[in-house]
Amino acid sequence: MTRAPSATVRDALSVSLTVGFYGVAFGATSVAAGFSVLQSCLFSLLTFSGASQFAAVGVVASGGAGISAIATAALLGTRNALYGIQMAPLVKVKGLKRVAAAQITIDESTGVALAQASRGTEAMRYGFWLTGTGVFLFWNVFTFLGAFGAKSLGDPASWGLDAAVPAAFLGLVWPRLETMYLRLVAASAMAFALLVTPWLPAGLPIIASVFVAVAFGWRER
Amino acid sequence: MLWVVLLATSSLCFAIKFVGHSVPERWLANARLQRINTLIPIALLSALVMAEGLVTKTHIVLDHRLAGLAVALAALFAKAPFPVVVVAAALTSALVYHAH
Repeated sequence: MTRAPSATVRDALSVSLTVGFYGVAFGATSVAAGFSVLQSCLFSLLTFSGASQFAAVGVVASGGAGISAIATAALLGTRNALYGIQMAPLVKVKGLKRVAAAQITIDESTGVALAQASRGTEAMRYGFWLTGTGVFLFWNVFTFLGAFGAKSLGDPASWGLDAAVPAAFLGLVWPRLETMYLRLVAASAMAFALLVTPWLPAGLPIIASVFVAVAFGWRER
Repeated sequence: MLWVVLLATSSLCFAIKFVGHSVPERWLANARLQRINTLIPIALLSALVMAEGLVTKTHIVLDHRLAGLAVALAALFAKAPFPVVVVAAALTSALVYHAH
């Protein structure tokens, strides 16, 4: 491989640093939900998908069943499979390297890779690996700091952590709502989740909102 | 239970990523599947905002979290970066919680 274009390195670094800081919020949230510091760090090492991690600990924190937490996190992770399909022909790796490439296939690494298209395939490949490993590094370090810090905080509500979680989800969905149509999908999912809340066990209204995605996506617009 | 959630979530999330890198492209080329797949994160994240912000167990409860969420929304409209959004929500919620 030739040297990475400096613009690609800059893109990868700025995304890695910004996203890494969310790790503090995750670490703190996870500990507030009852997970240990070790478990919180393992989440970031092994699951390594922000939205899925927030979902798993969030559902547990709100009293949902374990299976609801797992299912919600897995459903949120399905988009990574589509990213993988896009990235595989680009990175072209086998064996352990494919395991590594799969693990760092997330919103950010795919996003930066695709954004390098005008700089050529080599730059895209660098964008993927640099962003993926950069986010992995910062995400894990900051998860530890957040988890460790939260342990000494005490009652999560008195520090506002219980509001930090929904705010984090709002911040995660916000950049995706680019069109009126997508905003309508989001509003419908919110309304639907609230509507079914009294009738379903905790955690299930979230999974049930997949119905909204299916209903909207079934027909071509 | 916490270990089960941690390990099952991690295995499933990794398996999903690995499958993406391993299957032939045409397997997921179905247009309907792709449309639904792009909408799933939006639906789930939106539902999570409600479930974590306005719900306690199986009841809709409007409390200090709603104040935090309102400030988060305002911060997002003002194009604030993610950490600012989350911290502003937490501070507001904590203030309202203590004021009670």
